[in-house]
Amino acid sequence: MEHPLDKRRAGDDKAPMSSPAPSPAGRPAPELLAPERARQLAAEFGLKPEEHERALAILGRQPSLTELGIFSVMWSEHCSYKSSRVWLRQLPTKAPWVIHGPGENAGVIDIGEGLAAIFKMESHNHPSFIEPYQGAATGVGGILRDVFTMGARPIANLNALRFGDPSLPKTRQVLDGVVRGIGGYGNCVGVPTVGGEVNFHPAYNGNPLVNAMTVGIAPRDRIFLSAAAGIGNPVVYVGSKTGRDGIHGATMSSAEFSADSEEKRPTVQVGDPYAEKLLIEACMELMATDVIVAIQDMGAAGLTSSSVEMAGKGGVGIELVLDDVPQRETGMSAYEMMLSESQERMLMILKPGQEHVAEAIFRKWELDFAVIGHLTDTGRIVIRHKGALEADIPLAPLESEAPLYHRPTAETPKQPVLDAAGVADPAGIAPALLTLIGSPDLCSRRWIWDQYDSTVGGQTVKRPGAADAAIVRLEDSARALAMTTDCTPRYCAADPEEGGRQAVAEAWRNITATGALPLAITDNMNFGNPEKPEIMGQFAAAVRGMASACTALDFPVVSGNVSLYNETEGRGILPTPAIGAVGVIEDAAKAVGYALRPGQEIVLVGETKGWLGQSLWLREIAGREEGAPPPVDLAAERRHGDFVRAQILAGTVAGCHDLADGGLLVALAEMAMEGETGATLEPAPGETLTGGIPPHAFWYGEDQGRYLLATTDAAALLAAAQAAGVPARRIGRAGGGDLVVPGADAISVARLREAHERFLPGLMAR
Amino acid sequence: MNAVILLFPGTNRERDMAIALHKATGRKPAILFHQETSLPAGTDLVVLPGGFSHGDYLRCGAMAARSPIMPAVRDFALKGGHVLGVCNGFQILTEAGLLPGALLRNASLRFLSMDCHLRVETTRSPFTARWQKGETFRAPMAHGDGNYFCDDETLARLQAEDRVAFRYATARGEATAEANRNGARDNIAGILSENRRILGMMPHPEDLVDPLMGGTDGLPLFESIAEALATA
Repeated sequence: MEHPLDKRRAGDDKAPMSSPAPSPAGRPAPELLAPERARQLAAEFGLKPEEHERALAILGRQPSLTELGIFSVMWSEHCSYKSSRVWLRQLPTKAPWVIHGPGENAGVIDIGEGLAAIFKMESHNHPSFIEPYQGAATGVGGILRDVFTMGARPIANLNALRFGDPSLPKTRQVLDGVVRGIGGYGNCVGVPTVGGEVNFHPAYNGNPLVNAMTVGIAPRDRIFLSAAAGIGNPVVYVGSKTGRDGIHGATMSSAEFSADSEEKRPTVQVGDPYAEKLLIEACMELMATDVIVAIQDMGAAGLTSSSVEMAGKGGVGIELVLDDVPQRETGMSAYEMMLSESQERMLMILKPGQEHVAEAIFRKWELDFAVIGHLTDTGRIVIRHKGALEADIPLAPLESEAPLYHRPTAETPKQPVLDAAGVADPAGIAPALLTLIGSPDLCSRRWIWDQYDSTVGGQTVKRPGAADAAIVRLEDSARALAMTTDCTPRYCAADPEEGGRQAVAEAWRNITATGALPLAITDNMNFGNPEKPEIMGQFAAAVRGMASACTALDFPVVSGNVSLYNETEGRGILPTPAIGAVGVIEDAAKAVGYALRPGQEIVLVGETKGWLGQSLWLREIAGREEGAPPPVDLAAERRHGDFVRAQILAGTVAGCHDLADGGLLVALAEMAMEGETGATLEPAPGETLTGGIPPHAFWYGEDQGRYLLATTDAAALLAAAQAAGVPARRIGRAGGGDLVVPGADAISVARLREAHERFLPGLMAR
Repeated sequence: MNAVILLFPGTNRERDMAIALHKATGRKPAILFHQETSLPAGTDLVVLPGGFSHGDYLRCGAMAARSPIMPAVRDFALKGGHVLGVCNGFQILTEAGLLPGALLRNASLRFLSMDCHLRVETTRSPFTARWQKGETFRAPMAHGDGNYFCDDETLARLQAEDRVAFRYATARGEATAEANRNGARDNIAGILSENRRILGMMPHPEDLVDPLMGGTDGLPLFESIAEALATA
């Protein structure tokens, strides 16, 4: 009897079918699990009872162990996006410069001169808590493969990291391991790590976030995709050998942590950056030939997801003989090989008869190469091992029947807008600056980036800490990419929609502040347990906010990753939709950093109202985490940003810094420290700087859409701003060794630097 | 000048080196894979660039020093050929016995990536002739194992024979302990062979040859060797 699901698949399928799929009853079956055992294992593998029933319906019989493993990883949250898909559809993904949006291994955008930028950000949160070094290292390795599998040579790595309370020993252990892991992998593969962001908050105590981003460059007409094609074409395995590491890693990443998480260590993979470096070079060499039909890395769920997705996207069948898979352990079962997450492996479909071309290249680079199967016209994945059939699953329903949840959502209650006049200043302007600039969220990240090779490749124009976005030039071109990662989780927790909007806007602002044109983003959605309505509500609202900013700023989402169940013992992280952004500047020599130089005038762009709600001043100085976060006026954002970028490119602006965490005075302090100068802030004759705003709210409020510009011709800049309808005012001049703020004690820049540089080395030396 | 850059599996600064050599000489250097057993005819500079040859999974540089191409490099050096090894290349040269001493793990036990200042200790070499003795220049460093070590006798010889090329120093040229970030013996950042034609150094002058990337401090090294070999 033909199963109804098979009928539907056959009817919908565009694949060339020589004959309809035979009925399940008529097919040879692998060794099946008894119903009770299957139910029990399904639960262990994380399949819900109704998902298990659905798998049985697709198979038309009981599953084998290997089949159950395949269903459970393909339908895990990590691989199927079953809770998030309905919301992610709201994000704008198109623009004239978008070549490939979400759905491929990474997003692809046109950056001119016949070149494309390929990029994505991905989380490795759960592994990084269990084993910080390897968790972070393999996070970098995985995202690199997502990018070079599409034909791009990686030119930059970035990251977005969130750690728990810095006073906890565990936080130091995780921070140390994560930084070493990112450096250990990125430095060895020879891709510069040029940017990133770090926050500390107790909400991440049991669940740090490690989001890694890679940006690569490829010729626009040489992009490699993953859809398999060509019945009979060989399926080729390259890279490292398969071991038992990481089995069910994707399933682990789809569950909450509990006290026994440490026992899950065997599900964490171990990285080999040397093998990855060889894999990059071998793939680049092979991609210069004409023998690849399709290629995909083996990431989460390894051989299972790569073979299922490649065949599924191509509408073909695939048959694998696992005896031919290069193995580094003896006695591995089909189940173990299909579920292994051993690193540094790729799956390719080659043109027929061209295997020798690829094999010679991979042997040259001392990597494994094996033909492990071929494409079929059956629309099914068939796995054989030691002469036995181990799995036989129709591919189309595995994807089309994958669970999709419209989970209930609950709105995050709005917080009242905090009236700055009602918040007393307990510290004074100068002491607050010294405290803020040395606080965990604002202190220098030098201790971290000093462990990352940021110059390899010889194209790094703006290294970490020099500009609002990293700038890396394209080899043999004047053109450069600007790249940043951004999110303000405390805003997202207070108002996920406003926070999602702000994350996108801040990324756009950071690219703009260098003079580059923001082009597109990748999103890394880190949230708690989606089965809780308040968490799903955070997710839905964040997407809504992000979508509004992406639309208003012409800043589409081209790739992304969702990490849910970021909870430990029932407590969720702050909602953290981390944004990775890429922009382009045609002449890298025009890009500016944020160093302020003696003699330059300082111009403030944007409106300052003194928004203290959810500000770092409120948290670090007043000890309160409350109020609505600052709203983003997207029309003003766009107007201000377009004005600033135009002025930078016109050469009237020598330095630029966006105003973000900590507000105006913190931004000015960062510019002063970078340029090794003091500054005197002074109002125009007959005015005050703060107007009617309480001084602490004026200097430390976090109103959005603002920039500080350093210029040698403030008059011209102000005239241009007036013509463009952009609020701008001259607020002072650089020089001397102190920051001189009206009504406050002078603050020595040397002392600021000492406070700024002290925190992380002090923390980590303990 | 006919420069050849060696490419070992795991080498990752060969493109940076090619850019610097191109800038100084106007010619693109050849890149030679480690499996080759001979150098191209007419080679007059062999460069071993930075990276993690063989993953640094044994001692850094130990496996690359035994690559198929290395006997040809040794012959070339023994016949008076010029050789430059930077970072992993320096490590390989010490493992190959072409330069004395060893590069140990950084004293901090952490990878160090930052600009450092180097003081030029001798101008009597084809790599340093363009500088003044005592002059300092900036160069990025990026290594986990750059802590130069040698025994007392070797150190005495290096000093007596004026073979210390560069020392870690402050911007004002003081070879202090603070400037010696990786803990190298006697602040040594680079040394010369007996015939002064082999230079090994840890920092990366090749990554500072363009004002856009932060300066041209590293360029004199490449101009020196280009000039020396153009007139040779």
